[in-house]
Amino acid sequence: MPDRAGVHLAARVHLRLVYAFLYIPILVLMVLSLNRAGLPTAWTGFSLKWYGVLAESPAIVSAVRNTLVVAVSATVISSILGTLLAMGAERMNRSSTLDALLFAPMIIPDIVLAIALLSFFTLLNFTLGLHSIILSHVVFNIAFVCAIVRTRLRNFDHSIIEASEDLGAGRFTTFRRITLPVIFPGVLAGALLAFTLSIDEFIIAFFTAGPGESSTTLPMRIYAMIRFGVTPEINAMATIVMFVSFALVLLSQRIDRGSTQP
Amino acid sequence: MDTSAPVIRLQEFSKQFGLVTAVDRISVDFEEGEFFALLGPSGCGKTTLLRMIAGFETPSAGRMFLGTDDVTDLRPNRRPVNLMFQSYALFPHMSVRGNVAYGLEMERLPRADIRRRVDEVLEMAKLSELADRKPDRLSGGQKQRVALARALVKRPRVLLLDEPLAALDKKLRQEMQLELKRLQHEVGITFVVVTHDQEEALVMADRIALMRAGRIEQLGDPKTLYEQPATRFVADFIGVANFFDGTVAEGGILAPPHGVLRGTVPGELSQGDSATLTVRPERIFLKTDKPSEADNAVRGEVIDLAYHGSDVSVHLSVANISRQLVVRLSGEETYRPGQSVWCCWNTAHARILA
Amino acid sequence: MRSRRLHALLLATPGLAWLVIFMIIPCLIVFFYSFFERGTYGGIDYVFTLGNFARALEPIYLTIFLDSARIAGIATLIALLLAYPAAYAITLAPPGRQSRYLLLIMLPFWSNYLIRTYAWIVLLNREGLINRGLGGLGVIDEPISLLYNEFAVIVGLIYNYLPFVILSIYASLQRLNPEFREASEDLGAPAWRTFLRVTLPLTLPGVAAGGVFMFVLSIGNFITPDLLGGGRVHMVGNLVYDQFLSARDWPFGAALSMTLIAIMLLLLFLQAVLVNRAQRDQGPAHA
Repeated sequence: MPDRAGVHLAARVHLRLVYAFLYIPILVLMVLSLNRAGLPTAWTGFSLKWYGVLAESPAIVSAVRNTLVVAVSATVISSILGTLLAMGAERMNRSSTLDALLFAPMIIPDIVLAIALLSFFTLLNFTLGLHSIILSHVVFNIAFVCAIVRTRLRNFDHSIIEASEDLGAGRFTTFRRITLPVIFPGVLAGALLAFTLSIDEFIIAFFTAGPGESSTTLPMRIYAMIRFGVTPEINAMATIVMFVSFALVLLSQRIDRGSTQP
Repeated sequence: MDTSAPVIRLQEFSKQFGLVTAVDRISVDFEEGEFFALLGPSGCGKTTLLRMIAGFETPSAGRMFLGTDDVTDLRPNRRPVNLMFQSYALFPHMSVRGNVAYGLEMERLPRADIRRRVDEVLEMAKLSELADRKPDRLSGGQKQRVALARALVKRPRVLLLDEPLAALDKKLRQEMQLELKRLQHEVGITFVVVTHDQEEALVMADRIALMRAGRIEQLGDPKTLYEQPATRFVADFIGVANFFDGTVAEGGILAPPHGVLRGTVPGELSQGDSATLTVRPERIFLKTDKPSEADNAVRGEVIDLAYHGSDVSVHLSVANISRQLVVRLSGEETYRPGQSVWCCWNTAHARILA
Repeated sequence: MRSRRLHALLLATPGLAWLVIFMIIPCLIVFFYSFFERGTYGGIDYVFTLGNFARALEPIYLTIFLDSARIAGIATLIALLLAYPAAYAITLAPPGRQSRYLLLIMLPFWSNYLIRTYAWIVLLNREGLINRGLGGLGVIDEPISLLYNEFAVIVGLIYNYLPFVILSIYASLQRLNPEFREASEDLGAPAWRTFLRVTLPLTLPGVAAGGVFMFVLSIGNFITPDLLGGGRVHMVGNLVYDQFLSARDWPFGAALSMTLIAIMLLLLFLQAVLVNRAQRDQGPAHA
């Protein structure tokens, strides 16, 4: 039987292989995006032309704009509501029903949530568009923001609230000068996470966007590009989207240290 | 100002949590400039009482007066009373200076005044060099000084301290006990300290209220509580005590098989009532031969000796008492386990309790 | 204090209201739809029926449920086998570095799901890198069909959820008190025995939690079978999608969704029971 050192070595090698497994596909896409030929058949030289094609495609540009509108709006709304929800939830008695309710959006299959929202909007004769996507995105964003802020609140020494009151501050001053600054990094991290989720989200957007170019988001466009004909600029698109995601996640980590859990 | 009026008067102060009575009709006066300790085992209600004085719990019944004003319904941020929290509760996102200045900012004092007073207090607490540090970079002792400074800078009429020394290690705790006492004298305001450590209370306090199950068992200065405990609970909680149970007889109590142990019988007890005689370990002396002149003597067998450096405690097995007899000696006499000796004390040092 | 509870409720209300309006009510609508009939032109006929559920249990659909479970199960199992040693390796790293290693594992997880899946289309297709690599090495003469089949879907699922499983196993390993292992060794057990009889059983709750979670997410997955399955692999997610978009049979789609949710809730409940039992048996592990 292998000794301890042997086992450890094997585990370490395995980890490297796992990293390779996780990152090689991504690297392949990045390299391909720089291939003049565009397709993986042959490497004809280094070129940034596909990025140019992207920038000049009106469909892409409009999709990016729509995506940003949705993401920013959904983030702002869900950050505020999610934070308030976390604060309220932490003050209430522990309730597994409440916890389940807050956990649900994260676990419900997105296709089910998508059809549910579509049914809901249809029933109300609600016109679909970017706004319906925003309303839908807030649902899962609230859950994530709330979870992150709640974790921060849990590690919060509640006696500093009493200390603030003891030293003469009223309720609102205490909130403004003590509670808010202390939970703010959590709120920011949650907001970044919500933003990231929104810009990547496909299924719910697909179902709640309604017809028309004016409410097509980037993931919807990417899906169309993949499904209905792979064109080379998709690699460039993929690379950009990857970089943006990575940057946002790293930023979120910076802000809210000590929380590698989603 | 009427200096004879107590700075805080609690009248029939009570607190119920559902069916549990945490504080049971406590009436006590805190005097101006005294160091007062609320002492007791966990669950006796002392912390609840302190929090009620600070304003974080509302009493179920009773009134509280600050001087002549009824402040029972006043919110904590309006009371000229400040609390030093057991966990210190320093604001993690502010520096030491920020923390200390916070209370003054709430009073809307001019910037320059705030700065001056904060500097003064930081100087006094020897924190000037740490003024710009955040709490996560302070040691336990330093955090405690910041918490104190933050409360004292507001010059409250009363400073409440919730187990202020609990988080410190033994050596530091002993130093801080004297430091707190000195500080209180220097600042001159009333300190009310909650502690479960009876030694701490004896060292620091001018008066102690020993609490039990929501009531005050005995209130008095340390010497009185130690030498004249009113009940068995007090005798046992404060310091170490030896107990002989028996029934009231002529001139003392009858505690078989030791015969009558002499002592002053309290007025409310009569012949035949059950009573307990208590005597402190340092008041007992040991003799190998039966002494003729001693007031009281019982036979005991040495079980164990514990060396304390400055003295020795001898543990003996004595007939018909529930625990081992503990005797405190100077350490010059030596005894061996198994040795049979006479344990003696003078009547003046014994107390009979109901 | 009464005001405190009221205060808490006021804070939580806007968020809760949103969840109720935009999650609970829509789901309830789906729930109710599953009991109605499909209208002639694709709308809803408000006639009560259990026919949709009966239909869901028909062999062709039942097969799809079972296939989804099988595919999700295989993917989960392989992911667990890959994840455990990886998580273990991370715990071997110096404590300060571990969060960095974890972050590197999790980064791909936070990137775009479509892109991650698309990457495998590139890799697995007949002219993709893997085929060309294998051909170049002389292992195969003709490109093999790696894409648009179950294999591709399984690979896609593993690729997508592996980071998450590693994270949850890591968390479980982290929580384990090292003294358990030390005690086992002190009593004479060799390393592998300690692993089998002490470490593995005690970390099983975390492993189970991660596994069940991945299984649940995989079963309800739509994008991976859609993009990597090429129309040949039908999982529950695809089925629901079809009913709502092509077949326009919303009630049936609703019934399928409800069945899916029911299965998920059952699995989650089972997992909670397992975790509870394991935690109770172990007593307190590392704080």
